[in-house]
Amino acid sequence: MASITLDKIGKIYSGGTRAVGDVSIDIADGEFIVLVGPSGCGKSTLLRMVAGLESISEGTVRIGDRVVNDMEPADRDIAMVFQNYALYPHMSVRQNLAYGLKNRRTPKAEIDRRVAQAAEILQIGPYLDRKPRALSGGQRQRVAMGRAIVREPAAFLFDEPLSNLDAKLRVTMRLEIKDLQRRLRTTSIYVTHDQLEAMTLADRLVVLNGGRIEQIGTPLEVYRKPASTFVAGFIGSPAMNLISNRAVPHLPGTAHAGTIGIRPEDLTPAPDGPIDMEILAVEELGAQRLVHGQTGGERLTVTLPSGVELPRTLRLAWRPGSLHLFQAESGRRID
Amino acid sequence: MKRTIFRNQLLPWLLLAPQLAITFVFFLWPAAQAIRQSFLRQDAFGINTTFVGLSNFKALWTSPEYLNSLQVTAVFAVSVTILSMGFSLLLAVAVDRMIRSTSVYTTLLVWPYAVAPAVAGILWWFIFNPTIGVMPYVLATVGYDWNHISSKTDAMILVVIASAWKQISYNFLFFVAGLQSIPASLREAAAIDGAGPVRRFFDITLPLLSPTTFFLLVVNIVYAMFDTFAVIDATTEGGPAQATNIMVYKVYFDGFVGQNMGSSAAQSVVLMLIVIALTVIQFRWVEKKVAY
Amino acid sequence: MIENRPGLNLLAHLTLMLGVVVVALPVWVAFVASTHTATDFMSGTIPMWPGPHLLENYGRMLDSGVSTSGMPPVGTMMLNSLIMALLIACGKIAISITSAFAIVYFRFPLRRMAFWCIFITLMLPVEVRIVPTFQVVADLGMLNSYAGLSVPLIASATATFLFRQVFLTIPDELTEAARIDGAGPMKFFRDILLPLSRTNIAALFVILFIYGWNQYLWPLLITTSSDYYTIVAGIKRMADAVDGLPQWHLVMATAMLAMLPPVAVVIGMQRLFVKGLVETEK
Repeated sequence: MASITLDKIGKIYSGGTRAVGDVSIDIADGEFIVLVGPSGCGKSTLLRMVAGLESISEGTVRIGDRVVNDMEPADRDIAMVFQNYALYPHMSVRQNLAYGLKNRRTPKAEIDRRVAQAAEILQIGPYLDRKPRALSGGQRQRVAMGRAIVREPAAFLFDEPLSNLDAKLRVTMRLEIKDLQRRLRTTSIYVTHDQLEAMTLADRLVVLNGGRIEQIGTPLEVYRKPASTFVAGFIGSPAMNLISNRAVPHLPGTAHAGTIGIRPEDLTPAPDGPIDMEILAVEELGAQRLVHGQTGGERLTVTLPSGVELPRTLRLAWRPGSLHLFQAESGRRID
Repeated sequence: MKRTIFRNQLLPWLLLAPQLAITFVFFLWPAAQAIRQSFLRQDAFGINTTFVGLSNFKALWTSPEYLNSLQVTAVFAVSVTILSMGFSLLLAVAVDRMIRSTSVYTTLLVWPYAVAPAVAGILWWFIFNPTIGVMPYVLATVGYDWNHISSKTDAMILVVIASAWKQISYNFLFFVAGLQSIPASLREAAAIDGAGPVRRFFDITLPLLSPTTFFLLVVNIVYAMFDTFAVIDATTEGGPAQATNIMVYKVYFDGFVGQNMGSSAAQSVVLMLIVIALTVIQFRWVEKKVAY
Repeated sequence: MIENRPGLNLLAHLTLMLGVVVVALPVWVAFVASTHTATDFMSGTIPMWPGPHLLENYGRMLDSGVSTSGMPPVGTMMLNSLIMALLIACGKIAISITSAFAIVYFRFPLRRMAFWCIFITLMLPVEVRIVPTFQVVADLGMLNSYAGLSVPLIASATATFLFRQVFLTIPDELTEAARIDGAGPMKFFRDILLPLSRTNIAALFVILFIYGWNQYLWPLLITTSSDYYTIVAGIKRMADAVDGLPQWHLVMATAMLAMLPPVAVVIGMQRLFVKGLVETEK
C-alpha cells in the first residue's frame, strides 16, 4: 500500500494535441479517489499514465516514494481492472488470476494460497476452472477484480469497470467494490463518467474537464460547493439549474454574479415567490416528479412531490442560502 | 493501429529478420537481376555482356513468337476463367437451393483444390490420350477426330479444361459464400413482387454477387496466367507449334532451354508489370487487405 | 428457399450430380487405370471398372518404382514431398507470425518500409523470376537440398497479412493486462498471442501444406539428384522417362498417390480448409 502523488502531470500526443494539462493530486494511502468527467476529459489518459500504459509528457508520478515515470507497468506495483475486463480468453479463471504472480516468480504454494483467498473474498470459487466465456458479466467482473486482488498491489486502478454491466448489476457491484476497498484499504483510483457512481464510491472526487482539474473534494463538498458552472452542471441529478443573471434581475444579492445556480430540490412553490415559471413538461418518477419549464427565456427544472395538481405557471422561491453564484466569464464560483 | 505497443527497438528487427532476409535474397535481388539483365545482351559464349538499352524489349515487340504467346495467354486466361467460373456459379446456385444436402455436395466438390496442377494435367492428358483415352473414343462416336498432339485447337481445349477443372472448387466455395451473404429477405421481397426464380437470379442475385464475381475474375486471371505452368509442362509443353505456349512457359523455356537470357529477362519484366497491375487492381477495387 | 418447386429442386440435384461426376471423372479414370496391368491397355481403350491389380501396382511403385527409368521409388518421393511441404508450411507460418508481431506491436524506424518489402513479394511469383532465383540458389550451393526446396518459397506476404489481421482484432486491453501482469513482449507472444491464434494457424497450415506439396516448377528446377525428387515434380519425369509409351497404369498409380495426402487433408479438415482459404484472401 502506498500514497500516490501526481505533480503537474501533462500529456501531449505526438501530433501536438494536448489531452491533459497541469494535473496535481495527492492521494493518501488507502484513499479511494474517483476521476470523473465527460468522455474526452482526459480521465482515462490520466489513469493510464499512472498505470504506465501511456507515456508521461510533463510532470512526475510518484507511487509511495518512488518516481515511476519511466518504469514499466509491471514494475509499478499496481493492478488494473479494465472496462471490458481483458480476461485472457484461453486461460481458465485460475490461470487468469495466477498469470501475474507466475510472471513474478511467486512460489507455487503462495500463488495457490492467494488465488484461494481471492476466490473466497469474491465468491468465485466454483468457477475457478472455467474459461471466461462460460461466465456471466458479473462473474467476469469479479474475476477481473480477483486478478487485481491476488497481486496485493500498492494501488488498484479501475477504468470504468462497471459500464459493461446492466443497470441493476451495476448497483450491486458498486456496493461490492466499495465494501472490498474498505476491507482491503488499498489505495484506489477509479475512473468513471457516471457522476452517481463517482458520488457513491469516492472518498474524494476529482472532476475533470478538457484535460484539467475543475475541482477536488469529498462528494459532499463538491455537491454543496461546486467550484465552477461545469462542476455544478455535472455533479448532481437532476442537474443544477444554471440561469443567467439577466433572466432574473430581481434576485437580491446577485448583482455581481454572471450565472446563478439553484438545485432543483432547493426550489419550492410559494404564492409570492420571485420566480415565475411556465411549465413545459413533467417527468413522473414515482415518489417525486421533475417539472421542466422556463423563466425569462431560461430553462428551469424543479423537483416536486407527486400527486399535486399543477397549474399552467408556478411561482417559486428558493431555500435560504441555497444559491450558487458564478463569475460571468470564467464560470468560477463566487463565495 | 495498436494503442499499446512494446518499446524495444532491436527486438522487432530480430523478429523480422528471417522474413526480410529471405525476401531480399530470393525475391528482391533476383527481381533486380532480371531487370538488369533485360537491358543487357550476352554473346553466344556467355563471356561478354553489353548494355543494349531497350532493344530486348523492342525485339519482343517484333517477335512473332512472343506476340503469339501474348495472344495464346489471353485466349487461355479468358477461356479458363469463363469456363471455371461459369460452371462453378451453376453449381453454387444449385447448392444454394439445398437445405440438407449442402455439406455433402460441398465435400464432393471441393477436393480438386488439393490436386496439384501438374497432376491435374496428367489426369486430363490421360483421359484425352488419342490412342487409349476415354474422351477421344467418345468423340469418335460423334465423328470428331481428337488429337491434341497435332491439332492446335485440341491442345488448347485440353489445357483449358485441365486448368479450369482444378479451379472449380475455389470458385465454387467463394460463390457459395457470396450467395449466402445475400439476405434472403431481398429475394423474398422480389418473390412477393412477382419475380420468378430466373428473373430473381438475374435481377437480384447476380447484381448483388458482383463483388464476389469481380474478385474471382481477378483471382482466376492471375491463376491462369501464373499458376498453370505445371499444367502446360505436364501436358503439351507449349505445343503443338506454340499453340499453348503461354507467357510464363515461354520465360522458362527461353531462359532454361533456349539460354536466351536477355530475352527471358525482358519477358520476366513484362510479366512483373502484369502482376503489379493485377495486384493493384485487386487491392484498389477488391476487398482491402491492407489499411496503409 | 422461397417457393417449393419440385421441378427446380430436381434440376438443382441433377446439376450438382453432373458437377460431382465431372469433378470426379478424371480421378476415377486414373484410379481404374491404376488397378490394371499394361496389357489391359492394348485393346485400344482403357476399361471403365477397377481391375484386380491395385495392391500389386501401388506396392511396386511405393517400394521400387520404375526401375528402368532411373526414378526413385514413389515412397522416397512422397517422403521428400512431405518434408518439403512441412518445411514450407511451418517455415511460412513461423516467419510470418513473428513478422506480423513485429509490425503490429512495435514502432520502430523504417517499419513501413519493412512492411512494403514484405508486401512486394506478392507481386513477384517465382514464375516471373525463375532464372535469376535459380542462379542465387545455385550460387548459395542449395541445389539438391531440402533447404533449397523450401527456404526460397517461405517468404509470405499473405500469411503475414493474415496474422496482422488476427492481431489487430485482439483487444488492446489484453496486451495492457499482460503488461501489468509482468509479461514482456516475447512472453506475451508465447502466452497470449500464440494460443489466441491457434485456429488461424491450423487453418493456414492446411492451405500451406497443400501449397507446399503441390509445388512443381521449383523442385523440377533445383533437384537434379533423384534423392531429392518430389512426387509432384517426379510424376512428369516418370511420364517422360518410361521408354516409348508410358506405362500408364504405373503413372496413374503414382498420380493417385501424389494427390492422396493433400486431398485427404482437405476432406478430413474441411472446416479448417475453408476457413484458411477465405482468410488468406481477405
